Amino acid sequence: MLEITQIIQQIAPDAQIETKQRLTITVRPDQLHPVIEALYRNETLRFDYLISLTGMDWGDRLGAIYQLSASVDLTQEVIVITSTADRDNPLLYSVTDLYGTAHLNEREIYALFGIRFINNPDMRRFLLNDQWKGFPFRKDYVHDPKLNPETVISSEIIDIAPRIMEKEGGELAEENVAVFGEEDYIVNIGPQHPSTHGVMHFRTSLDGEIVKKIDVHSGYIHRGIEKLCENMTYPQMLHLTDRLDYLSANINRHALCMCIEKGAEIEVPERAQYIRTIMDELQRISSHLLAWATHCNDLGATTAFIYGMREREHILDIFDKTCGGRLIINQNVVGGVMFDIYSDFQKDVKAFIPYMRKKLKEYDDFFSHNAIALGRMVRIGLLSREDAISYGVTGPAGRASGWSCDVRRYKPYALYDQVEFKEIVRTEGDSYARYLNRLDEIEESLHIIEQLIDNIPSGEVCAKVKPIIRIPAGQFFQSVETGKGEFGVFIESSGDKNPYRVKFRSPSLAAVSVIPLISKGAFLSDLIGITGSMDFVIPDIDR
Amino acid sequence: MEERSIGMEVNDIKIKAFPAEEFKDNDTLQRYIDELKEAGGSVIVGKLDQLIDWGRANSLWPIAFATSCCGIEFMAAASAHYDLSRFGMEVTRNSPRQADVMVVAGTIVNKMAPLLRRVYDQMAEPKYVVAMGACSISGGPFLNSYNVVQGVDRILPVDVYIPGCPPRPESLFYGLLQLQRKVKVERFFGNKRIKRYYRPETLINPKTGETIDPQIDFDNK
Repeated sequence: MLEITQIIQQIAPDAQIETKQRLTITVRPDQLHPVIEALYRNETLRFDYLISLTGMDWGDRLGAIYQLSASVDLTQEVIVITSTADRDNPLLYSVTDLYGTAHLNEREIYALFGIRFINNPDMRRFLLNDQWKGFPFRKDYVHDPKLNPETVISSEIIDIAPRIMEKEGGELAEENVAVFGEEDYIVNIGPQHPSTHGVMHFRTSLDGEIVKKIDVHSGYIHRGIEKLCENMTYPQMLHLTDRLDYLSANINRHALCMCIEKGAEIEVPERAQYIRTIMDELQRISSHLLAWATHCNDLGATTAFIYGMREREHILDIFDKTCGGRLIINQNVVGGVMFDIYSDFQKDVKAFIPYMRKKLKEYDDFFSHNAIALGRMVRIGLLSREDAISYGVTGPAGRASGWSCDVRRYKPYALYDQVEFKEIVRTEGDSYARYLNRLDEIEESLHIIEQLIDNIPSGEVCAKVKPIIRIPAGQFFQSVETGKGEFGVFIESSGDKNPYRVKFRSPSLAAVSVIPLISKGAFLSDLIGITGSMDFVIPDIDR
Repeated sequence: MEERSIGMEVNDIKIKAFPAEEFKDNDTLQRYIDELKEAGGSVIVGKLDQLIDWGRANSLWPIAFATSCCGIEFMAAASAHYDLSRFGMEVTRNSPRQADVMVVAGTIVNKMAPLLRRVYDQMAEPKYVVAMGACSISGGPFLNSYNVVQGVDRILPVDVYIPGCPPRPESLFYGLLQLQRKVKVERFFGNKRIKRYYRPETLINPKTGETIDPQIDFDNK
């Protein structure tokens, strides 16, 4: 880290460098791009993975927080912070040329904070309509239903993207570019389309049957969860994380609980850690089963869909018996878990493990080697390792491209440092590798549960926690491995009982941002299969 | 031909899967029936009407307008363990033009509202709407958000509300069976639509800035 400090000081002598938990660099807006580029090109350790890009409003200044990490070693993290005092026309430099994932994130920051990014090739608003007045995440925003009314009259989609480009002499030029060519034939896929796995909207230009270009429209379920969190106490926030990626509801909630526990320095009892880890793994299996089922359904195998849902019900029954919830179980709370396990829990889980193994064999027999399935997955939707890192595609999809990125391995939380499990990595990078990765990860999850289920220690399940929790001023980040990839919670606290800013790092946003790249040149029918293999959840993208 | 409108009671509506006594709330439906009776007068119901009524109530084809978590519970309800097809509703249509009932499963935000209305307008009459889950009833946990529609009944008329976050498949079935009863009642009163909830208080046309007349009947536009 000493070496990085020297590099930064050479480029930006007046940058403030702090080594708190993580190296934090605060720079002027004009130094931002050179500093990040130096980190990106640093030869000993390339910081080529942008974990998350968070827009900020500090009252007098608007800014952004860049969380960088190295793809070869996820334990290394650097935070770069920049801000501008111009609230009327805030401008920052884009890092889209270095990180693919920055594109949609910068567009999101423009929609929510009004910060525009110089050199981003397409500076339309993401999540919100073009007609939206005001920037809702700014602290001085007051929602007025008269300005932004509910309506039943559709607004037209205009395919013209404004942008600000820096010319050679350093001048800034505002331009408008057409997203599609004049001759392009455009088909809308979504937002209400059963195969986009939710309310995704792909504007797709076609050449016959071949996909030429995809323009991703999102925000059809943008509920403003991060803004809602700012007016809630910490325990109140918990139920909102469940509704982000509802297939990994319990794991999301685990991340938020750990982030709050980290900030408030709460010790979690060991029994609760065991329960949390087992529940997380059960949730991961159920998430992968649903992903498998819907992916097969997308490829035309309706029976597989019914099979996947059937096995999933066994896990939901266990959840149901533990805490009365099926999909969203509300089990994790700050300091531990809300409900202890029931008396037959171990018996039920142990009965489920061999049952699931048998079914995995069955899936393998009847679908994994099916000629039609192979024809629609092998060498389709190819994602290279470089692109996976650039776009921040983690989880089974990232690992199918040869990127070892399991958070459970690199930044172990709960009991993952005490159990033994294999990280499933494949190098093919196609839909089939992603498909197989999920099935193999189910097996690994079963293996993890097996190691824990007999050793649950007795004791408390929840530490004593005050109803109003205050976190000391500072920034806290905690990431976990959900069924989709790396999910992170960022909390900036001002020492109050409410957070000052909350940001969720969404694995699905990364997965969807890479769709235009990997489905270019594919058949339209394969586009549906590719989206199925990426397995994204839309409320997690829109938040 | 027989005359059956006089003396019609909730218990006369037979649902095969679920006896009338087991519904928790029969009073509300009885009130509707009384209201309809006052407005409807005597109606002749023939054997053919009975057949149509039986067929329609037992083959309500849904379109799932699934935006979030409730959509997953709808999928669970439609698959083997819960099996929606017991009630003749397994034919989930992907096109609104082939569907009878729209299940709004999930949060509806401002950006989605016009599209929801458009899908509803594309459905053929007779059509029904079921609001599934807290979000589509009132905005649910996101009530205070700047972007969330506080209940789909601000956009379209709703027949049945199913509370829960998300509702269990059992709750969904209960709601859909209630809908079946409403469909069956309808026939007795010469196709008069039973009461639906619709409160379009703040619909504004963004192009002109004018408030849209809440009395506009979108169905017969």
